[in-house]
Amino acid sequence: MLLIPCPYCGARTENEFAYGGEAHKVRPEHPEEVSDEAWADYLFLQKNTNGTYYERWVHAHGCRRWFNLVRDTLTNQVHGAYKIEEEPPKVDETTYV
Amino acid sequence: MKARYSIFSLARNALSYHENWQQAWHSPEPKKSYDAVIVGGGGHGLVTAYYLAKEHGMRNIAVIERGWLGGGNTGRNTTIVRSNYMWDQSAALYEHALKLWENMTRELNFNVMFSQRSVLNLAHTQNEVRITKRRIHSNRLNGIDSTWLDPEDVKREVPIIDLRGGGRYPVLGGSIQRRAGTARHDAVAWGYARACSEMGVDIIQQCAVEGFDIEGGQVTGVRTSKGQIKTNKVGLVVAGHCGVLANMAGFKLPVNSRPLQALVSEPVKPIIHNVVMAGAVHAYISQSDKGELVIGAGTDAYNGYSQWGSNPVTEDTLAAICELYPLFRRMRMLRQWGGVVDTCPDASPIIGLSPVKGIYLNCGWGTGGFKATPGSGHIFADTVANNRPHPIAAPFALDRFRTGFLIDEHAAAGVAH
Ligand SMILES: Cc1cc2nc3c(=O)[nH]c(=O)nc-3n(C[C@H](O)[C@H](O)[C@H](O)COP(=O)(O)OP(=O)(O)OC[C@H]3O[C@@H](n4cnc5c(N)ncnc54)[C@H](O)[C@@H]3O)c2cc1C
Ligand SMILES: [Zn+2]
Repeated sequence: MLLIPCPYCGARTENEFAYGGEAHKVRPEHPEEVSDEAWADYLFLQKNTNGTYYERWVHAHGCRRWFNLVRDTLTNQVHGAYKIEEEPPKVDETTYV
Repeated sequence: MKARYSIFSLARNALSYHENWQQAWHSPEPKKSYDAVIVGGGGHGLVTAYYLAKEHGMRNIAVIERGWLGGGNTGRNTTIVRSNYMWDQSAALYEHALKLWENMTRELNFNVMFSQRSVLNLAHTQNEVRITKRRIHSNRLNGIDSTWLDPEDVKREVPIIDLRGGGRYPVLGGSIQRRAGTARHDAVAWGYARACSEMGVDIIQQCAVEGFDIEGGQVTGVRTSKGQIKTNKVGLVVAGHCGVLANMAGFKLPVNSRPLQALVSEPVKPIIHNVVMAGAVHAYISQSDKGELVIGAGTDAYNGYSQWGSNPVTEDTLAAICELYPLFRRMRMLRQWGGVVDTCPDASPIIGLSPVKGIYLNCGWGTGGFKATPGSGHIFADTVANNRPHPIAAPFALDRFRTGFLIDEHAAAGVAH
């Protein structure tokens, strides 16, 4: 069970939250103008990192606000949460084979 | 030449207390170069190597596994084998595999304990009833056996079930595929490894692939923990780690890797003789030959590589099992574990070419690739050998995420297939 530090409510158990996948993906400004490759990239392709991962979460059964989390996907260590408009905290990034 | 396994070899070896069995496969050091390297010693990788050697005359090849054979999802899954998927493309793929399962033990001279004990897919909501019936029609048009069961029929097949589902999960019916069933997962890996080794395929364990050599868009070698190996063809068959290897080769995949978990109970006398799946409540159950209940749960809600799985998922599944089978409330669970599954947006696999010449992809099987093991390896070997997709593989190309021709099998897949 993860303890997730919602930036608005504090630490809560993972089943209060829903997952939003990779963070910092920018939706193309004019979807009708981008190539199929660029759209597929935005829509489907994932970094899917084994290690330090920046990801979106929503506190679905709490304040219902979206925020970002930095977590190690192998060890499940949570490095910290930050608001959508904030810069990610500085962490020593790790990746595994 | 390997000695054949038979009742006589069993009796003969009993006389020497089973201490003189031949090793089933060799464990050589890697050579400097190969005609093809298969990365990943799970079922799909081993079957690929088997058919490359057997049908395409490629014997100077290697399977490279970073842990032990079958130590990935092959040895962690709940071994459900069926072919009742909805779309024509999937029907062709999974039914091709099911036909190969039916002859696997004989072909390999290795008992994979394939048991066609039938698989039920329960429907708990009106919506599930509709989609299940639609799928049955679709299956039958594709020549796949599939039958609707009313609640009383379900009760006849599974006498211990509570059709009221404790009031929470009423059973409104379901489908049954009688040719479907289970198999012994380790035996599949070991049987193909033995057959590969006999044809001269090098099986290299405890050797991780850590990078690729790529020149002008063409792969020329792999870098491993046991040194550099030259090759112009690489098959990536690493399931949950496909994203990690794609990153090494410089491209991304439409895959999220997540732990999927399973549990087994203490062994009891025979109590449930088929496989019963309940997609809506994420609970699957069968009984192993040792008597353990084998229970499949759901995937974690978030990405992960931990091979463990989170507690809320275990609890939800066991709660549903207890509602559907009240007499299991006093069972004790012996073991729980997870495997890292490579989930795709349309719940269908990716088989075919990659953005790098000479690197071929076989991944995205997610929660349900065990059933496809022999068919997947068969068509993938053909794809690797001929540098173009096998006709059954063609619709499953990576490119479908650009063209939009997705093959949505979420309903057939359940959560775990
Ligand atoms: C709990 C659970 C239950 C499941 N239940 C079912 C079911 O009932 N029916 C069904 O059809 N499917 C089921 N599945 C899915 C099924 O197990 C998989 O889709 C299938 O086994 C994948 O086989 P594979 O050979 O592709 O992968 P794997 O068996 O995972 O093999 C991949 C191998 O690649 C190796 N590898 C990874 N990275 C590297 C590297 N860098 N270098 C070298 N080697 C590497 C790994 O160690 C691993 O052994 C289940 C999965 C899980 C986890
Ligand atoms: Zn909150």
